[in-house]
Amino acid sequence: MAVFQSLGHYFLFVWVVFSKPQQWRRFWKQWLYEVNSLGINSLPIIAIISMFIGAALTIQTAYNIDSPFIPLYAVGLATRDSIILEFSPTIISLILAGKVGSSIASELGTMRVTEQIDALEIMGVNSGSFLVLPKIIAALFINPFLVIISMFIGITGGWIFGVLAGVVSTTEFVYGLQSFFQPFYITYALIKTVVFAFLITSISSYFGYYAQGGALEVGSSSTKAVVYSSIFVLVLNYLLTQVLLS
Amino acid sequence: MIDIQHISKSFDGRVILDDISLVFEEGKTNLVIGSSGSGKTVLMKCLVSLYQVDQGQILYDGRDFTESSEEEKREIRKDFGMVFQGGALFDSQTVAENVAFPLEMFSVMQPAEMRDRVDFCLNRVNLSAAHDLYPSQISGGMKKRVAIARAIALNPKYLFCDEPNSGLDPKTSIVIDNLIQEITEEFNITTVINTHDMNSVLEIGQKIIYLNKGKKWWEGDKNSILETDNAEVNDFVYASELFKRIRRASHS
Repeated sequence: MAVFQSLGHYFLFVWVVFSKPQQWRRFWKQWLYEVNSLGINSLPIIAIISMFIGAALTIQTAYNIDSPFIPLYAVGLATRDSIILEFSPTIISLILAGKVGSSIASELGTMRVTEQIDALEIMGVNSGSFLVLPKIIAALFINPFLVIISMFIGITGGWIFGVLAGVVSTTEFVYGLQSFFQPFYITYALIKTVVFAFLITSISSYFGYYAQGGALEVGSSSTKAVVYSSIFVLVLNYLLTQVLLS
Repeated sequence: MIDIQHISKSFDGRVILDDISLVFEEGKTNLVIGSSGSGKTVLMKCLVSLYQVDQGQILYDGRDFTESSEEEKREIRKDFGMVFQGGALFDSQTVAENVAFPLEMFSVMQPAEMRDRVDFCLNRVNLSAAHDLYPSQISGGMKKRVAIARAIALNPKYLFCDEPNSGLDPKTSIVIDNLIQEITEEFNITTVINTHDMNSVLEIGQKIIYLNKGKKWWEGDKNSILETDNAEVNDFVYASELFKRIRRASHS
């Protein structure tokens, strides 16, 4: 019963958040700030993780191909598809759930317990829309770019480290990258990214916005934000894969 | 004027406000006093609709706030200014940006006019020098003054102050009290202050409501509170050794 109550509460929250902004100029200013805070600031961690996961994927794939009937260019193909289909949209979203989700929940939670959200409400500001909508719209906009950058860096990392490790040559790797490419995989990855961006920002905002108490509760709401965002990302990942690829 | 008619509020069956009726007058500092847990904060949160009352009405110059839709409440709230216990300043904004915030959201002022208004408000609370500082860089007393400047930026009709002196030294408390009273009279605001600071009561208590166990127990002003026969009010007023000594001295 409590699960349905929480779900209903969450959907009501989302309904309030998606109200028309009271001040468009302020909204766009905040949106730009969030694009930088949630997106651009996440680039270094995304680049590092993508580079090394791409490298590890290439080397693992190469070592697991011991049949002479499987050509070595399959290393490039497998690395490409693993990164495009699963690593960049899903694992990067899980990493963002940790980084961005905890930051959103603790920011809003602190604003709640220090009465800053009450102050907004009393001024006549729709605090849900004012604080949360720019975050959601910013993530919906910037996360696809982050994922595309992650794909590019991941594949490049796989290529560089694969060649350096001597498990694959540039010619074979690039030939594999160009083989059997399905453009729909990119569309599929971007659809997943947009859905995950919405889940991460809205769930984390929900837990932060309704935090009550003090520092301990803000910490707890931040943890819940990361846990629930990650669970819903994984569940939706399965459902979207079933719907879009089957 | 704020007219409160028979409001009650409970949480999980525990009655916090019990059939309270009272009037907060325009151009006066209306103080709500009472010991911790008496219902002062809940009453203030009901007044600004952070809590919904279970029954009764709250009328702002005749406008029924309790029955209004969310949209109508937001309109009425544009006439509110509130000073929170901790200031509730926006951490990511400078002092000037905090004061400018309600102007940016709800006024049609040009940037130059806005800057003038911010300067006026900060001048009014003697904080012109803090213009570009962040809330983390100023003292508790200064935060309260910035909160007052932000609260008056849009010329509110109603000013709510939740324990504006908590955590302040006696001298700074008097500065804040006097500032609130001056602003109230200057702009003819209906000001409601929650406090349990007896110095504030005697300094600026133009109208005083004493709450006890969720009920309105006593009503008067700063002169009559020292003369009342009400035992509970006397217990509250003369709780400190200082006031007991003053009473003994005045009787001897």
